[in-house]
This record gives sequence, C-alpha cells and structure tokens, in this order.
Amino acid sequence: MPELSVGQAINNALSLILKEYPNAFIAGEDIGIYGGAFGVTDGLLETFGEERIKDTPIAEDVIAGLAVGAAMTDSKPIVEMQFSDFIVNAMDPIVNQAAKLHFMYGGAVNVPIVVRGASGAGTGAAAQHSQSLESWFCHVPGLKVVTPSNPQNAYDLLLHSFVDPNPVIFMEHKLIYKIKDDVVLNNIPSNSELLGQAKILSEGNDITIVSYSNMVNAVKGAISSDELSEISAELIDLQTLSPLDMQTIITSVSKTKKLLVCQEAPANSSVGSTVISNVVQSDAFSSLSIAPKLVSGLHSPMPSAKHLETTVIPQKEDIMQAIKDMV
Amino acid sequence: MSVTKDTQLELHRMMMLIRLFEEALEEMFSRGLLHGTMHLSIGQEATAAGACLALDKKDLITSTHRGHGHCLGKGADPYKMFAELLGREDGYCRGRGGSMHIADLSNGNLGANGIVAGSLTISVGAALSFQLQKKENIVLCFFGDGAVNEGSFHEALNLASLWNLPVLFLCENNQYGMSMASEKAVAGESIASRGHSYGIESIQIDGNDVEAVYESVSTCKDEILSNNRPKFIEAVTYRYRGHSKSDRNLYRTSEEINFWKDEKDPIKRYIGKLLEQGITEVDLKEIDEEVKNTIRTSVKKALDSPLSPITNLEEDSYA
Ligand SMILES: Cc1ncc(C[n+]2csc(CCOP(=O)(O)OP(=O)(O)O)c2C)c(N)n1
Ligand SMILES: [Mg+2]
Repeated sequence: MPELSVGQAINNALSLILKEYPNAFIAGEDIGIYGGAFGVTDGLLETFGEERIKDTPIAEDVIAGLAVGAAMTDSKPIVEMQFSDFIVNAMDPIVNQAAKLHFMYGGAVNVPIVVRGASGAGTGAAAQHSQSLESWFCHVPGLKVVTPSNPQNAYDLLLHSFVDPNPVIFMEHKLIYKIKDDVVLNNIPSNSELLGQAKILSEGNDITIVSYSNMVNAVKGAISSDELSEISAELIDLQTLSPLDMQTIITSVSKTKKLLVCQEAPANSSVGSTVISNVVQSDAFSSLSIAPKLVSGLHSPMPSAKHLETTVIPQKEDIMQAIKDMV
Repeated sequence: MSVTKDTQLELHRMMMLIRLFEEALEEMFSRGLLHGTMHLSIGQEATAAGACLALDKKDLITSTHRGHGHCLGKGADPYKMFAELLGREDGYCRGRGGSMHIADLSNGNLGANGIVAGSLTISVGAALSFQLQKKENIVLCFFGDGAVNEGSFHEALNLASLWNLPVLFLCENNQYGMSMASEKAVAGESIASRGHSYGIESIQIDGNDVEAVYESVSTCKDEILSNNRPKFIEAVTYRYRGHSKSDRNLYRTSEEINFWKDEKDPIKRYIGKLLEQGITEVDLKEIDEEVKNTIRTSVKKALDSPLSPITNLEEDSYA
C-alpha cells in the first residue's frame, strides 16, 4: 500500500482512468508540461500525450463548455479549474447546461463530466484565489458536489465521480494536497455508490461534529487535543455535499443529542446551515439537548495578510471552544 | 516626436525603480517575510514605465496580477506598496489585498486584478464614465497575452468600439500565459489583429524599447481624444522570472531566457542609448543611487511599521 499525498492520490486515480477508459481525456490550464498549478497532473502528459492531456488557453467558459459537448457525445472529460474561483467564468456551461440537459431533454442525454478545482484559503492568495464556493453548486439541481479531505477518499471519490452519469463538481482544498497517508489503490468501481455517503471518522457519544473538506482535518486536531481528551466526539466527514447523506447525521445526532458543524465557507446559505436546517426538521429535533451550532468562516472576502486570513478562517482553537461550550 | 532629456531620465529612473522594487521583494520572499505568492515583471519594465509616464495623473489605468510596475509607474509610493505586501496598516489596501490587488485611486490606478482578463470590462465602464462626464482623459487597460482568449476580452473590445469609448487596450505580450506559449494559445494572425476584428486601430510595438512605448502611448492617447475611438497596442516583451513563485520553468529553455536577458533587456538597452546621446554615467549613477536609497528606506520603514489591526472584517466587507 503506497503512501501518497492527496495530490499524488488524485494523480493515480486520473492515471488509472486514462488507462482504462480510452474515451477519457483531461483538459485545463497548465495541466501539461507544467503539471497543473498544484502539481496534480504531473507526469500525465509524458504517459498519455497531448491528445488526452489537453493544455487549453485561459478560457474557463470553453473549458467547461467543451466538457459538456464531449460528454454528450460519448467522451469522458475531466476538466480542471486551476483555482476553483475561476469556475465563475464557467457558470453558464455548468449551471445552465450541464446541470439541466438531462432533465430538460427528457432523459435523452447524460452529461457525465467531472470539474475539478482547487478551493479554499490559507496560502495568502487573497480574495480571488481562496474561496470555498461549493454551496453555490449544491443549490443547483442536477449537479453533484464532492469534497475530499484525505488521500484515500480523494482517490476513491474521484473514481466514483468519474463513473457517475451526472456532472460532478469536485472541490480539492489547496491545503490538503500535501497531506500524506497510505492509500489502497482500488479499481475503478462499476457504479458511484460512494457519492452521497458520509463517513463516520470517529465514533462518540457526547457530540456529533459534521464537517467536510480541509476543515475535517482541523476538527480532528481539535478533538485529539489533550484538553478535550475527556470528550467523546462523533466526527462525520460529509464527503459528498450534494446529495447530502442526512441519514447518517440524523442517526448520530439522535444518539449524541448535540450537533456542531464546522466549515471554512461563510455561513449564509451554506452547507452547514442546510445540515442544521435538515436536522431541525427531522425526527432528531426532539433529541437535541441544546441548539445546534455552526462554526464557519467570517462573512468577508479573504484578506491576503496572514494574521487577517487566520481571523477569517475558523482555527482549531475556535472549534475547541465551540465543543467546550456545547459539552 | 522627440523625447526630452528630462523625460529620458525619468523613464530610466522608473524602470530602475520597478526592477529594484521587485528584486527587493524577491529578497524578502526568500527570507520568509512574505505570505502568499507574487508575480514579478522583471524584464518587462519598459512597458509599464513607458506607458504610465505617457499618461496624466487623471488618466486611469487598470492593472493585472503582474502589476507592481504599473502601480509604480502611475506614481505609487513604494513604501505603501511594501507595507501592503507585508500586511501593514499603511499598505494601500491595509493588508487585505497583497501583491495581486493593489489599487491606488489617488494616482489613477483602479487596481490590480487576480482574474485574468478581469479588468477589461472594468476599463470599458471607466471609459464610459469619462465619455458621459465629457472628460478629456483616457483609460489605459493593461492585460497579458493570456487574457485575449477569455470571452470578456472580446466583449470589452466589441463594446468599446461600438460606443467609441476612450480606452487604450495595452496587451503586454510576454509570450507566455503561465506555461502556455501564446503562439499555441492564440489563433489567427496576431494579438494585434484581434483589435482589427472589432474595428479598432491596432499596432504591435517593441515592448522592451521604453521610448517606443512612451511615444506610442502618447500618440494613441492624442488620437483617442481627437477621434473618439479606442486603440489597441500589443507590446512584445518577456518575463525573466517564473510565472509565480512555484514555477519550475519546464516550458522554456534557459537559452531563450538568457537571450532576452543578454540581448533585449530594456534597462541595459536604454542605458546604451542614453550614453550614446550624451547622457553621462554620472547622471545615471546619481539616479540609480537615489532609487536604491528609496527602496532601502521604504523596505525598512515598512518592516518597522505596525501590522494592520484585526478589525471587524465582516463590517469591513460592506461600504
Ligand atoms: C480567470 C483566470 N483564469 C486563470 C487564472 C490563473 N492565472 C493567473 S495568471 C495566468 C497567466 C496569465 O497570462 P498572461 O495574461 O499572459 O499574463 P502574464 O502572467 O504573462 O503576465 C493564469 C493562468 C486566473 N488568475 N484567472
Ligand atoms: Mg503573458
């Protein structure tokens, strides 16, 4: 079992896909000789050639649009948005085309595309290169939204996203790329059963903590700190944000009676607020012993200076405080 | 048109200021003083200096992710720029913008932009204001060769032409957009020819010849104001450093980089020309010393200045 970083795990998954699916190709900015802005596609050009590793001009609209057209015609595109912020230049092909066509054309076509993008803050890249826009896409029926948090789930979720017959937005937090762990290099699955399944990372009885993407790693840090060693927390990594696996959350909250959600994105109209809203509307409501809480990024664009950036993004200490307040 | 001696010295001074400013940044970066990445324009100084010095203070510019030179050219204070990159209260954006997002409204810089082609449509709007307000000024819109393949480039040129807006589109063609050679990314005859497609008079110039840039921008400005038509300049230049701090430069050869450094460097070339025209080494040395001193004192002052206080950032997000 090789030890891989998240970047390498995704690279392995892409490699496997390209090997097994002759109709698969990758397109994006600087994904060829440069290896991608975060090195994720490193070496793929040498192995698979320019025909399938397609360096594009800086033109996100056509990158996403070509994926839609190619997918409707039996190709299997995976496209990269160099920073997921630039996906806003590709909103029409994703939101008005990819998400709608299957339904709008009465099921006559599928649009199985994967749009990968580097999301999140923490690198001092400032307001236009640090956003967590995942909830925008959760709001659009027809799209699936996936957010890995570690090497193994990055590998598996990408394979499952690839075989899913729907358009999938796959958001990779920049700070997880270098996280390393042993990875089982599973084969390409026959269906996308992993999408829509949350994962319980640690079982506990005192509080349910729901998180996703890199914030899962901050929560892990918080609950494994000595200060909180007495507290038994159940940590759930959502993995897929749309569709949401509410059942796993509701079952857990019914047991622990407390719900804390942690995310990097701002709170308004977000994944976390949806999770809480769903729990409050569910049978688990009556088992809640205190009001659920959402720890989120501030409602502010991301500043560039380090001390201001860490003010906007929830830190391990903020999560620890929230847990202490609740338990 | 001949350039006066004073202007010549000013052009040299500005190129030196931009180069030394960015070399100082590189040094600070390697000492771990800077958070984030940055895009250096070392090698491209002639375009920024020549273009900005041909403008009046009231003319506006829009800038790019590679915008330190544009900002300095338009008269920004290097101290406040260093302070910005260091997250200090005195920085142009109080530490919120950083390298990629400096705006200096007081000197007519509407701001650097982290989105490729993000400023083209903004420049069109600013030019519309000038037209509506009957002002005798232009907007100079800087963008790279990579920007010409974004949809908004085309939307901006089309509208500027249709509405006769006072914009000077200035493409800094440094021949690469990150790793992508512009010849592999731009279909058609040339970047300048894209201006023609929209009925905009367009020229290609040597972007490493500072006087050529200065004169072209001056002439274009006059024509924009007298004919009420936008204009387009493609300035050919070259970036020596990697695209940003994480670039391994695998997409080009060191021979190519060295050719531009040795044979085409805008500062070296201009010094040669000035000496031929009777400006002395002593004149230039005096300028260089003054610039070095400015950089040294600005860096020190910025490092000694207070960090931007942690205010209510949510409130700061709205006007
Ligand atoms: C919309 C958008 N897409 C991609 C990027 C990532 N990116 C930043 S600069 C750059 C290259 C830009 O090339 P060019 O316009 O030629 O400017 P240069 O860097 O050469 O000065 C890329 C791909 C971005 N910032 N914005
Ligand atoms: Mg370029």
